[in-house]
Amino acid sequence: MEAVEASRPFRIATLSLRKPMDYTRRELMVIAAAREIRDGERVFVGMRLPLLGFAVAKELHAPNAIGIFESGVLRDWPALEPIFTMSDPPNVAGALFCCGLIEVMSLLQSGRVEMGFIGGAEVDCHGNLNTHWVGDDGRRLRLPGSGGAADIATLAGRCVIIMNHERRRFVPRVQYVTSPGYGDGAGWRERHGLPGGGPSRTISSLGIFSFDPVTREMQIESYHPGVTVQEIRDETDWPLKVAPDVTETPEPSRDEILAVRKYDPEGVWTS
Amino acid sequence: MPKLRGLREAIAEEIEDGMSVFMGAALESLIPFAAGYEIIRQRKRDLTLMTTISDMQFDQLIGADCVSRVCGAWVGNVAAGLGHNYRRAVERREPAPLAVENHSNFSMALGLKAAAMGVPFLPTRTLMGSDFREEASFADVACPFTDENLLAVRAVKPDVAILHVQRADEEGNAHVWGNLGVTQDAAMAAGKVVLTCEEIVPHEVILSDPNRTLVPGFLVAAVACVPLGSHPSPTQGYSRRDDDFYFDYHAQSRDRAGFDEWLERWVLGVDGHDGYVERLGGERVARLKPDGDHMAAPVSYGY
Repeated sequence: MEAVEASRPFRIATLSLRKPMDYTRRELMVIAAAREIRDGERVFVGMRLPLLGFAVAKELHAPNAIGIFESGVLRDWPALEPIFTMSDPPNVAGALFCCGLIEVMSLLQSGRVEMGFIGGAEVDCHGNLNTHWVGDDGRRLRLPGSGGAADIATLAGRCVIIMNHERRRFVPRVQYVTSPGYGDGAGWRERHGLPGGGPSRTISSLGIFSFDPVTREMQIESYHPGVTVQEIRDETDWPLKVAPDVTETPEPSRDEILAVRKYDPEGVWTS
Repeated sequence: MPKLRGLREAIAEEIEDGMSVFMGAALESLIPFAAGYEIIRQRKRDLTLMTTISDMQFDQLIGADCVSRVCGAWVGNVAAGLGHNYRRAVERREPAPLAVENHSNFSMALGLKAAAMGVPFLPTRTLMGSDFREEASFADVACPFTDENLLAVRAVKPDVAILHVQRADEEGNAHVWGNLGVTQDAAMAAGKVVLTCEEIVPHEVILSDPNRTLVPGFLVAAVACVPLGSHPSPTQGYSRRDDDFYFDYHAQSRDRAGFDEWLERWVLGVDGHDGYVERLGGERVARLKPDGDHMAAPVSYGY
């Protein structure tokens, strides 16, 4: 039926300007995000890098994943053009399901969303995130607030945290818990009645981090190519532990890089 | 009083100082920016603004000193970053102190739904363990059947919800499509609804597709025909998002003087919404038109 077909093809990147194997750190973060999405999963996508990660996963290894947007959109294929917000018209046209926020949050609360991406201004050693305020009482900086992040952190089957790695952002304990991770450690989520599984990984600009299954403390799982464990520790404001089988983050494949550039042809999010 | 009015009259007659006003119900699209600008021009004061995500609009109203309280999940500029006026108001009480009541998107939606349903609260599993659950909108509640511990979200009942929609008839029966956010919940929860719309259509057009009707028009107090009334936010099928407008605002509002200049250029120094569209210029407006139709297949309500 002609009426329901896409009206425009994707814009394809001009690849001649950039060598395919010269990838940026942000492109690697997008690819790492894509690798977290398993085929058939329902994923709260969010914006920017995870949004691109969803497109890359759909393109390569997770063709049956469903992207969920809290404005009330479910998609079984990526947006028709690059977008700045989840409510942009190219993210609505050709969607699988348009509805209200209550409906998508109900899918989340009833345990039917396997994964969600979240970020914040601060993250701590137990994966708690703060997007409310930072600074001391003399000079507080007010941040935008939760949006849907606290809901995703509480309710999603698992969460993947994605953010820039800076010492002022990776703190021992966040000043305010907007989006809870593992609280103060083992057993905290269970004690407080959080139904979701909590953060499974953190993807930063320097490496990928898992959470110790016993203590629930963040640990280095892999360091990005060109980054050392010491550099990561220097940019982290607590004595960060190292997973026993720590390794280098696998280099992106040519297919992965090309997929990122198909959806961010001008490098708006990844340059 | 007829429901169909000009934007100026609708805001003058329906919005009073001190009211609680819900806007931004669809999240980043269908934001009633034109209505917000008119609130600024008419120097409404002491408003409580309510929302899930307020993309830039609340920052403008806060900077223009119309607001004493914000109740919502997110205040800033979605594509560009923090809201400078929001920060100045919370951190330095400029231009005036601002009280903030924190929600998440889901808790705000549940608060509206409770009010829409006529119950004092709704239970949820969200926000367990978040620091802002300590605020007055939330309380622990035990399930009377299983004894399970849940969070109660207090009903949120705005005095008025201002919504931008694609089309409406003269009685305020409106069609809206695309992502809905909390649009319907806000309309059902509010004491009254004020609509702006891209076009006024005959009643028969509304009746032709009742699944697309937002709420029955008897909940609507006023409707104004305001094409491009969501600019710079998008209206599916009518206008694209004007991304540059958000980035320019973000840069200009970085200091107070820059914001005052922005306000003069785009709000106070233009003659209503028509003057605003004129200032945008024909070329910019043409660029915001969708590149083509993306028509839905028609449905039959045959009987």
